[in-house]
Amino acid sequence: MTTHTAASPPDPNNPNLRFLEEVSLATAGVSRLEMCIQCGTCGGSCPSAADMDHTPRMLFAMIRAGMREEALRSNTPWICVSCYHCVVRCPQDVHIADVMYTLKSMAIRAKLYRESTAPDFARTFVDNIESYGRSYEFGLATRHYLKHFPLRMPGIAPMGLGMLTKGRMDIKPRRIKGIGQLKTILARAKELEGVA
Amino acid sequence: MTRYLYYPGCSMESNAKAYHESLLAVCEPLGLDLEEIRDWNCCGATEYVGISLTPAYALIGRNLALAAQQANGARTVLAPCSACYLNLAKADHYMQESPRLNERVNIALAAGGLQYRPGSLQIRHLLDVIIHDIGLEAVKSNVVRPLKGLRVAPYLGCMVPRPDYEKRWSDHEHPNELDRLLKALGAEVIDFPLKTHCCGGHMTHIGPSTAFELIRRLVQAADHYKADMMVTLCPMCQMNIDGFQAEMNRHFHTNYHMPIIFFTQLIGLAFGKDPNVLGFGRELTDARAALSKIGFQVPEVVERAETRAARRSKKEGLPMPPPLQRVPEDEEADK
Repeated sequence: MTTHTAASPPDPNNPNLRFLEEVSLATAGVSRLEMCIQCGTCGGSCPSAADMDHTPRMLFAMIRAGMREEALRSNTPWICVSCYHCVVRCPQDVHIADVMYTLKSMAIRAKLYRESTAPDFARTFVDNIESYGRSYEFGLATRHYLKHFPLRMPGIAPMGLGMLTKGRMDIKPRRIKGIGQLKTILARAKELEGVA
Repeated sequence: MTRYLYYPGCSMESNAKAYHESLLAVCEPLGLDLEEIRDWNCCGATEYVGISLTPAYALIGRNLALAAQQANGARTVLAPCSACYLNLAKADHYMQESPRLNERVNIALAAGGLQYRPGSLQIRHLLDVIIHDIGLEAVKSNVVRPLKGLRVAPYLGCMVPRPDYEKRWSDHEHPNELDRLLKALGAEVIDFPLKTHCCGGHMTHIGPSTAFELIRRLVQAADHYKADMMVTLCPMCQMNIDGFQAEMNRHFHTNYHMPIIFFTQLIGLAFGKDPNVLGFGRELTDARAALSKIGFQVPEVVERAETRAARRSKKEGLPMPPPLQRVPEDEEADK
């Protein structure tokens, strides 16, 4: 990390000056990210903080400081388990979990995530939804484990087999009738989002 | 009978079939008239929102729009899966909070000939409906076989009690609704301190060491409290604790055996339903010993009637793809 010496006036053309605003705007609902008072309740409430590069509090300070690249490279949003403990405890009612989702999507678009397991998993899951309208666990699991966790295969095989024999996983995907309609809706949504 | 618009969600048709089967078996005594939303689609789980906002909310929006079309007087969408419940509730909530999101989702929906006015439906979880609409007195009046002697750890996970937009629960971290329901069934309910802690969610697939630690905490705590089983209302929690318990044990060199079943399965047992129609036997961490403790014999593996009917004769052999027609060029190419 570079150390900033004496206060030089902020460059008004620095695109990162408004990074906080950008993240906040890209979040569902009213994110209230600007209201963060850096109390640290979020990190203290987080069950997986130990595995995070930055606690949510620290990450939010980085966003405010315009540290775009560092923030989008952080593994923190990918380790977030969406348990909403921080969300209900936050004294400022910041929509922390939703901000994490925003950071994931921004990191994917900027290709700044560090390793591909989590983004790949999400992408495959979503590809299946976009093709069938339903989630397709068998396709997702086989592709995901072969690609990212081949060494877990022997350990996880009995479970996969159990899921099949106990009728808990279909080999074939289920497709909704209105898949054409859904595709049209999603295509329009992507245009609006600027990701078409 | 009260009519509800029913959103099952993908899990109910696959990994949480036991939840679905047991729910359908107890609908009538509970007075629940569930009308499935026609041609519903996946809610996107926790994956789509992490990729792209407007498409993720448009995906959920289609379900809300279809439900509203079908409503015909009913206002409540009932979802048994935690993630589905939260996604539907969240879309409705944020579309009200953010005019921009509402506008975008509705523009996208209009491309498919649909629209949804946020706030026109109530999105509720099954447990909420049982506690607040049906009531524990009505539940008790149906109990013919109290679960006396069964020691259970009530486990709700995260996404039902939190973030709780409609303030439906007694507490975000230690709600008592599931405890009270299980007590009404006659079970011995432990005051499980981790009842709303996280099961690891999708981390079992993408960051196993993070997930295994969370599973260990839950299973170990339930074990310390001498629970016979954990009881849940979430397909993801059930799957993680049930299906990944063996891998978690290998990871930590532990040897826990903590079955986890759905609360609707216990409602069914207490209501005197045949265990064979309640999805027992689908769990990977065997619950038979725990249930035989209070005199229930449940099947080892569920075998559905249609599977039996469709069983092939031995002559036909296993269903294999037709033999490949290898042409000489292919063999050349292989060399």
